[in-house]
Amino acid sequence: MAPWNTNEQRIPQGRLTLVSYVFVTFVAVLLVGFWKLQVVQSTHFADLAERNQIRYIPIIAPRGAMLDREGRVLVDSYPSFSVLLLRDDPKLVQRSLPQVEDGLGISAADLRQELDAARNEPKFQPIVIKPAASDADIAFVESHRTDLPVLELMMVQRRHYPYAGMLANTIGYVGDVSPQEMEQSDGRYRPGDLVGKAGLEKEYNAQLEGTDGMRRVVVNSLGKPVRTLDNLDAIAGKPIQLTIDYDLQAIAEADLVDKAGAVVAMDARTGEILAMVSRPTFDPNDFAVRIPPAEWQSLNTDPETPLLNRAIQAQLAPGSVFKVVLAAAMLETKAIPANFTVFCPGHADFYGRTFHCDHAHGLVDLHRGLVASCDVYFYNVGKLLGIDRIDQYAFGLGLGRRTGIDLPSEEPGLIPSEDWVERIYHHKWYPGSTISVSIGQGAVMVTPIQLARMIAGVANGGTLIPPHLMKNATDLKFESFPLSDDTVQQLTDAMWGVVNEPDGTTLEQVKLQNVDFAGKTGTAQIESFDLQNKLGKKLKENGWFVGFAPRRNPEIVVAALVQSGGWGSTSAAPVVRDIVKAYYDKKNGQLHPPATAENLAQPTVVPAVAETAGAVRP
Amino acid sequence: MKDRPHIKDFDWILLAIVGAISLLGLFEIYSSTHASGMAGMQWKQVMWIGIGLIGMFLISLIDYHTLMDQAPALYLFGIATLLIVLAVGHSRFGARRWVELGGGVNLQVSELMKLIIIIVMARYFAEVHTDRLTLGDLLKVGILTLIPVGLILKQPDLGTAMVLVPVALVGMFLAGINWKHAAAGLVLIALMVPIGWNMRRHLKPYQQQRIQTFLHPEEDQRGAGYQILQSEIAVGAGGFWGKGFGKGSQNQLGFVPVRYSDFILAAMAEEQGFIGVCLVLLLYLGLILRLVDNAQKAKDRAGMYVVMGVTAILAFHVLVNSSMVIGYMPVTGIPLPLMSYGGSATAFVFLALGLVMNVRMRRFVN
Repeated sequence: MAPWNTNEQRIPQGRLTLVSYVFVTFVAVLLVGFWKLQVVQSTHFADLAERNQIRYIPIIAPRGAMLDREGRVLVDSYPSFSVLLLRDDPKLVQRSLPQVEDGLGISAADLRQELDAARNEPKFQPIVIKPAASDADIAFVESHRTDLPVLELMMVQRRHYPYAGMLANTIGYVGDVSPQEMEQSDGRYRPGDLVGKAGLEKEYNAQLEGTDGMRRVVVNSLGKPVRTLDNLDAIAGKPIQLTIDYDLQAIAEADLVDKAGAVVAMDARTGEILAMVSRPTFDPNDFAVRIPPAEWQSLNTDPETPLLNRAIQAQLAPGSVFKVVLAAAMLETKAIPANFTVFCPGHADFYGRTFHCDHAHGLVDLHRGLVASCDVYFYNVGKLLGIDRIDQYAFGLGLGRRTGIDLPSEEPGLIPSEDWVERIYHHKWYPGSTISVSIGQGAVMVTPIQLARMIAGVANGGTLIPPHLMKNATDLKFESFPLSDDTVQQLTDAMWGVVNEPDGTTLEQVKLQNVDFAGKTGTAQIESFDLQNKLGKKLKENGWFVGFAPRRNPEIVVAALVQSGGWGSTSAAPVVRDIVKAYYDKKNGQLHPPATAENLAQPTVVPAVAETAGAVRP
Repeated sequence: MKDRPHIKDFDWILLAIVGAISLLGLFEIYSSTHASGMAGMQWKQVMWIGIGLIGMFLISLIDYHTLMDQAPALYLFGIATLLIVLAVGHSRFGARRWVELGGGVNLQVSELMKLIIIIVMARYFAEVHTDRLTLGDLLKVGILTLIPVGLILKQPDLGTAMVLVPVALVGMFLAGINWKHAAAGLVLIALMVPIGWNMRRHLKPYQQQRIQTFLHPEEDQRGAGYQILQSEIAVGAGGFWGKGFGKGSQNQLGFVPVRYSDFILAAMAEEQGFIGVCLVLLLYLGLILRLVDNAQKAKDRAGMYVVMGVTAILAFHVLVNSSMVIGYMPVTGIPLPLMSYGGSATAFVFLALGLVMNVRMRRFVN
């Protein structure tokens, strides 16, 4: 090869020019490319750029409070923060996890499980890793904004319910909106919205829930808001005032702690519910944050059915309380003379079968039959009336059908009839069945609220009051099933005797001084061996007592059910007595101490998840 | 005829174009970073340009013939440096490309290799003395080029490795390639594509990712395809007139990836629109045409090859970078010369231009 620096070849001008043409061509192609994006598709990309930077952040409307009849707060909402994990950058998330676990006290396994569960969701949708952030959690997120950009805080409104499950089954709870509810809402709900799922939260959801607002913010490429464009304020939900009296509710709750059963206390003139208890119960605060699936499972499958509102959903035999219905039918239809008497030797035979009584009552008339609750007397009354008349009066007085209370999922109960037997069992009515029905056994099933309404109706001359929880309810329907004054007088006198006469079924301490207190006991046998097996224990009888005061045109009626409580006289009657006493003490300004937000529940205190998690009683 | 080169023989038109492009770059770097934690970055770039200008002046003083005399030594030095970097260089952004020069200054050695390959190729083609390259000549060029390409690929830096190739290709074309050889080469490349596709498993995961992303950007909106998509959105959203200086949301809110460096043209396109892009591309066109003009007026073939080596690299940078910004090419990390922020890259451009000045100053010198 010749030395390089002696190259005398001429410069290839043509080829050089060709090279520059090639470059010109490429630049022309590029300009066409830019033209396509910037001029032809410019609107499309401008739209994409807009959507890139603007985020719509919902402003959650606080749910309306629930107040008792005197305006005391029962249920409240409070602002709270959730910690979000932004998943835009999976590598960053993986790197940050140990620090996040440490700082927020979340177990590594839990966190990974949550990430796993959300792996099919779009990556730009953050997941909630701590639904109720404590002050320490908030401080942790705020102080690690730069080194842990995967964490973000979201303000939410949470429900705060009274402690210890007070009024829980009546209040109900809130939960994530279901797909069906979303479909029916015409786009009103978004996934993750909270709606009332049970009880009053569900019944009055429309009033309680407000309208969420919206904030338009400009975010940077990391999704961090850099400035707010505009705000559409949230409209808070309306509060509702209930007929519940906090004081009476607290006393009723206290009487039923550790028991299974229900209490319904009503204004006997208007149907306003003053107290409503169902036990065992649950803590709705568990639902206010996010109920762990395992806990939800256990609440749902617990044989003690803590989610059941027994006051309106327990369908049980009323026992001797049902005798009031027969007595009314006997006096009103005059199918049996008012002075009808029976000799009670402690048992009686009907249709070849022996039916028992608690005592040998001797000669019994209607008054003594009710006061001492003589079964043999009412076996005979029932036999003479026949099932059709019994049904007519039971149904007429509101048993075996819904009362129409403003709560979802009320159960109807059942009053057996000839039709019903033929429809369900395809055989004729056995006359022997009438004997069992006469003392409120057999297939008779009622709810506590039905019994309270029935007794109030008997005592006030046949007006069936409409039970309700909303204080200023309009459109209340008072049903009429007229009873003669004579009937009302005889029955209320007898029920006064139950409490106040020497051979009445209740104990001496149930009597109230200066209060015209009356009522009827019931002790119903448990026929479900199935339930006994499930619970693994022998159940005693269900004790009932429905009391009212005063004797004529009562102001208050209280039905109490103590399941497996044995005699209604010893289990349920004292509960009713306490509530009626408290009602009059309060009326006379002698209730000490009155229940207040301070000494009963602390609605202003934010419960920690750990505290409330264990609050569900088995 | 003069016997001494003089600074007044610098290509002042070329310098004016370079100055205009650099100034546009500085404005866009400022616009992209002034509202962020990187504010003030444009002053660092001014410093790099200053250093580059000094370097350009210094390199123009040494006769390019002297530099070409040292081509074998330079080549060996370059290869050795690349080997050292692979052995001890420290990683940044996941690749070993940097050597510490002391005082916290890091030099990307592959930029140095670009300068060396220009000189080595010019020397080789000047030495051939023919207008008909033989197959053997082509093979030698291939080997000389592929050794540093392979070493840079190993760093790994696909973009810079590719940049060395056009120097050889343009050189071959100017030295006179047999059209049959050229056709055979094209066929060979066409055959290599499917083979390379089947060999893609041997690529680094990030390279596979980039190819995948280039072919299907919409499938990976938050990953690497996100960059291309966001760049296209920025360009498209700019429209004909642009959103105005400092007003591009894609740019200002950080949706455009490395908006002050590799994607600075996207930032420019969003804020200055199609008009701004036209201005930039026409300035680059002017730059390249002016360089070719210098090659045409070179005193000898050696000078021409030097100038065209520089031209090949700069043109390649401009075309690949602009194509990437509008999604015509995968993301390879090739900056836009003079506009993208970056010390080593800017220094290289000025040193390369120093070589051009060097040739120009000596066109009348004997």
